[in-house]
Amino acid sequence: MMEDLAMHILEILMNSIHACAKNIKFIVQDSTINDKISMSVEDDGKGMSSEQVQKISSPFMTGRSTRKVGLGVAFLKGLTEQCNGDFLVESEVGKGTRVLASVQKSFIDTPPMGNLGEIIMECIQANEEIDYIFHYMTDTNEFVFNTKEIKKELDGVSILEPSILLWIKDYVNQQVNMIKEDEG
Amino acid sequence: MKSLEDLKKMREEALKKVEMREGDKEYRVVVGMATCGIAAGARPVLNRLVEETAEKNYNCAVTQTGCIGMCVYEPIVEVYGKDGEHTTYVKVTPDMATEILEKHIGQGEIIEEYTVEAARSGQGE
Repeated sequence: MMEDLAMHILEILMNSIHACAKNIKFIVQDSTINDKISMSVEDDGKGMSSEQVQKISSPFMTGRSTRKVGLGVAFLKGLTEQCNGDFLVESEVGKGTRVLASVQKSFIDTPPMGNLGEIIMECIQANEEIDYIFHYMTDTNEFVFNTKEIKKELDGVSILEPSILLWIKDYVNQQVNMIKEDEG
Repeated sequence: MKSLEDLKKMREEALKKVEMREGDKEYRVVVGMATCGIAAGARPVLNRLVEETAEKNYNCAVTQTGCIGMCVYEPIVEVYGKDGEHTTYVKVTPDMATEILEKHIGQGEIIEEYTVEAARSGQGE
């Protein structure tokens, strides 16, 4: 069910959304030279105490009240351990949270990247008040997507208009694929 | 090739659509997008709802919610009308989502067989 990296990251992005973030920065570093894919999600949400951070990867830690288990972080941490990677959470109450996860790119169990455009569309769609910066990097190239720029261009038209959302999905995927092809 | 230039044209088109709809959107279509929903297949459902709404200009806003505590029935799609009344559709597939838009949003007809009430009575709860 969590067949690609994008789906794992979507869980983490959703946590940021539910932590009342106003700005979320999502960085993917896809490096062949270092044989490593690093992903980080940084938000300015309500943050967590050090006690909460320690318990973060327990399935029985969740911020929600509708059920008692939360698996997003536990799954991602498990994945990084399984794929020769690292996992780190830094957080401060009132300031925000940063989640960093990496996997070995060539490792046999490392899942494919998945559809980044789709998760970005889904995040934007969750709450139009939140702004996102998505930064995708390879060894030689990079692409930056910023919802603030998009909203400026749209000048009053909602970013939630379905046609705009679909354009964002395709645009992000197109740019990411272009960079990947450049890489050869 | 898509570029940020496209946005200007898309903005004009979106404005025209908004005018055609005349005023506020009549319905709110809400998809459960917590881990349980996503694991059960909410993403293709959400994508279908956005695509169909873009194409057919349905009079609804497509939004998301977290876990509502009925994980076993995910993917869940709730349709809220202007007067606050709402219908909960359960175990929704992309094709069911298309049908919900067509019948419920398009024609104002609730599809009883897809509702949580129907699912519960079917299981003898």
